[in-house]
This record gives sequence, structure tokens and C-alpha cells, in this order.
Amino acid sequence: MLLLALDTSTPAVTVALHDGERVLADATTVDPRRHTELLMPLVTQILAEAGATRSDLTELAVGVGPGPFTGLRVGLAAARTMGAVLDLPVRGVCSLDILAYGVLATDPPGEPFAVATDARRREVYWAAYDAGGARTGGPDVGPAADLGTTATPAAGAGARLYPGAFARALDPEYPSAAHLAAAVAARAVEILPPDPLYLRRPDATPPSARKSVLTR
Amino acid sequence: MSDQPLILGIETSCDETGVGLVRGTTLLANAVASSVDEHVRFGGVVPEVASRAHLEAMVPTLHRALAEAGAGLGDVDAVAVTAGPGLAGALMVGVSAAKALAVALDKPLYGVNHLVGHVAAEQLENGPLAEPVVALLVSGGHTEILLVEDIATSATLLGQTLDDAAGEAFDKVARLIGLKYPGGPNIQRAAADGDPGAIRFPRGLTGQRDLERHRYDFSFSGLKTAVARWVETAEREGRAVPVGDVAAGFQEAVADVLTRKAVLACQERGISTMVLAGGVAANARLRELTRSRCAAAGIELRQPRFSLCTDNGAMIAALGAAVVERDLPPSSLDFASDSSLPVTQVLVG
Repeated sequence: MLLLALDTSTPAVTVALHDGERVLADATTVDPRRHTELLMPLVTQILAEAGATRSDLTELAVGVGPGPFTGLRVGLAAARTMGAVLDLPVRGVCSLDILAYGVLATDPPGEPFAVATDARRREVYWAAYDAGGARTGGPDVGPAADLGTTATPAAGAGARLYPGAFARALDPEYPSAAHLAAAVAARAVEILPPDPLYLRRPDATPPSARKSVLTR
Repeated sequence: MSDQPLILGIETSCDETGVGLVRGTTLLANAVASSVDEHVRFGGVVPEVASRAHLEAMVPTLHRALAEAGAGLGDVDAVAVTAGPGLAGALMVGVSAAKALAVALDKPLYGVNHLVGHVAAEQLENGPLAEPVVALLVSGGHTEILLVEDIATSATLLGQTLDDAAGEAFDKVARLIGLKYPGGPNIQRAAADGDPGAIRFPRGLTGQRDLERHRYDFSFSGLKTAVARWVETAEREGRAVPVGDVAAGFQEAVADVLTRKAVLACQERGISTMVLAGGVAANARLRELTRSRCAAAGIELRQPRFSLCTDNGAMIAALGAAVVERDLPPSSLDFASDSSLPVTQVLVG
């Protein structure tokens, strides 16, 4: 088995290769504005590091958000296209679940926790988890202050952006493809179709009545 | 023909997801999925709506193009993609898919210029161009006069709109006279029942002083306002708005200034071939006036069929084929899409 995992739902562009037992190679670059530039070079880089080629791949995994739309689509477009070309299954995973898996792998709080990422416009994408990492609320989007989580620790950049809304910040700050790969390889997360979780409608309003161009 | 490399082209700069397949100047497939219907109620293209639609349409359109050409993915020799100009978020879907495709196929990738792609599309219709040519590109997002000295390497901008694109002006004027989006076809239909000489609307940037500073440039916002004033005055005075006459007069003003300046550019630059492309090139009056003025000036007019005039992947494949034929180096895998890519950059590094 050779699984390629990637996530572009946050400023972190993250990729990893997993052989079913362990992560063979992974790479992450944090840059909110360069997802299209960074993603595929990182993929070729880790393939080379692992001494593998694209034709060795047997499975793909991709974070499906929620996350800022433009970056999120970069990962989904790449995963779907690679899946179509190489005829591989593409497993979608809620990107907040990747962070939750990462919490248990790196910084387990031993109590219920939340995951919050930056949704811009003074809001967060969030989900709530029990101490064992099962999702109990969300994914949803809203102002951090409205979550009622001041007594709950939280992972993700949202917990760092809005420290007053959570008890304390947990690691990790960003989703890691190494965690995504491990979670999918162990079938330890809910698998979704590789479709974006936008959670917000496009900003657009039908035109209003036309304005006068004549002076009164 | 089959010894020429098979180039797959991807276009997502606005609201059409296009995948085309080309060998040399031979068209093999031109699959397009348009999100135009989703934009109608907003009266124009909504970038986020277009970007979402690109993601959904990309893989199905890829499969459709391959089926149309009777080709398999393994037959593809190189991938070309629109690197810009266009809507930033929309471009990124195509570029990301193209990079993944190139990596998955282990084939070279070429990020190319959308505007020059429109000119390259003509080669699929009537064979290789004899450069230099002047190109008049008219669409909902672009209104430009280009000088193309070499389709694979050298293009310059002679003039462009200073405000609205011509297609945008069609959309806005359509709304003013109660016609639906997209304005182009609806204004053309209404104009068929009108008298193009009944109302004389202004021709932007054609006065003596404007011609000195903006010789090959266009402006359509003044024209749009003139139509708005005319319509509103008529309504205020309780007169019925003669929709056909307004549509015909507006269309005439647009076609007149576009063709006049493009022909002028050919004459002053000593160019004997003009290419007309872009979605608005579907307008019958624009085609007719371009044809007659080119004929009168001894200029050969070349224009592809409508499906190659509007945004499509085949035009990007055609430009990719021209670039591959020259043995130019592929783009690096880390190239960025550029929403304002200048026309001088035919191929990105």
C-alpha cells in the first residue's frame, strides 16, 4: 500500500506518504497565498524522498475542509485529478478531524476539546470532540466568542487567534498530512467523498434596481 | 498528423471549464462546461460561483474531451493550461488540476497566456497563421488589440479598454432595456427589429485628442451612460422605449469603434491579416462590419467558428502545441497563476 495524503484547507500546504504501517515522508509549508505553487512540488519531493513514483500509489486522501475556498480547492482539484488519472480511490476527510486526530497523537488533553481554524471575517471553522476524539459537534462556522467554549481547550489556529474564546491552545496549530495519512491508513476517521465542505454560500447578491443617471 | 505530439489544454479563466485536445493545428476535441446559467440571476459572472463550478466540472470535462478524441490519458504528450489573465480563484482550479495531471502522467506542463490562446485557436480553423497578425479580442472580460509577431513567443498589447469590456457593456445595456443576461445574444436579437441609425450613440475615444493619447484604446462606460440617459429621459417623458432601436444603435456604436480601431492598427503597422476572436466575436453585426471594413482595406480577416471563439481548452492546447513545436522549455511545477498576466508573456517560466 502507498497512500498519498494532502491538505490545503489552512495556510499550511501539507503532504505525506504512508505505506500502511508508517509515514515514509512528509512535508509542510505554511504560506496562505501560495497553495497552487507549493502543492505539487511538495508531492514530487516526498515521492523522491521515499524512492517511489506516482505509479506506485494505491490510494489518495485529501482534507475536504472547511477552509478558505480558494486554497481548499487547490488540494481537491489536485487529488481528484490524480485520482482520475491514476484510477485511484480518493478518500475525503473533514480537515478539522485531521487536527483532532493530531491532538490525540501529540497533545491529548484527557478531556473534551475543540478544533478551531481561521475562517476570516472574525469567525472560525470549528468542531467539538470528546476526550477520545469522536466528533460531538460541528463542523460549522461562526464567531469564536459565540461557541461557549471558554472552559474547553482547542487546537488549530483559531484557538491562537481568539485566545479568550477557549481555555487554552492545544497542538497542533495546522492540520498535518502525516496525521491524515495515519488516520486514513488506520481507518480511524470518518471517510467522506472528496467534496468541499464550504459551509458558506458564495458572496453574491442579485442586482438591485437601477440607479438614475439623470440629475433631478 | 499522428506524429505530432498530442497536447491537452485546460482553460478555467472565467466561467467556462474547457478541456481540449490538439495535434499541431488539428483539433481533436473541445469539451466545455459552462456555469453561465448559475450567473444569470446575478447579472454577471460571480467569481466564487464560477470557481466552485470549475472544481465540479474539471474531471468530467477531462473525460468528455478524451472520449471525443477517442484518446486515452496515456496518449497525451504534454499538458497546457491557462496561467492567466483571468479570475484568480478560477485560474487556480485549472492550474492545480493541470499540475496534478502533468505529475500523474509524468509529462511536461506549459502555463500559457489566455489572450494569445484566443489567437492560437484560429490555427485550428484555417491552419497556421502567417505572423505578424493583428488580433481583435472581444469578450465579457477582454477588449484588446494585440500585435502577434510570433504565436509561441511574441505578442504585444496595442490597445485595450480603459473601463468596461465590450461584453460587459452589452450585459449592462441589456439590463437597462429590460433584456436578460448574457446581454450579447439578447441585444443582437432585439437589434434585428431596430434601426441602427435611429439613435446615434457616442463612439468612445475617437475624438482627435483621444486618438493621440489612446489611439487603439477603447472606452465603453460613456456609451453605457449615454444609453442609460437616453432610456431614462424617454421614460420620464412617458415615451415607450424603442428597445430594438436602442439595441441596434448601441450595437452599431460598439461594432463601429472596435472595427475602426482594429483596421487602423493593421494599416498603421503594415499588417495584412486580422484575427477576430473572443465571445463577442459571435455578434453578427460585429462580424459583418469587420468583414466589410477588412475587405475594403485589403486585410485578410480570419476568425474561428463560435465554439473556438468563446473560452475553451482547445485554444490553450493549440497554443501549447505551438510552444512544444518550438521546443521551448516547459513551465516549472511551482509556477503561479497570474490574474493579470501581461500579453507579452506567452509562456510562464
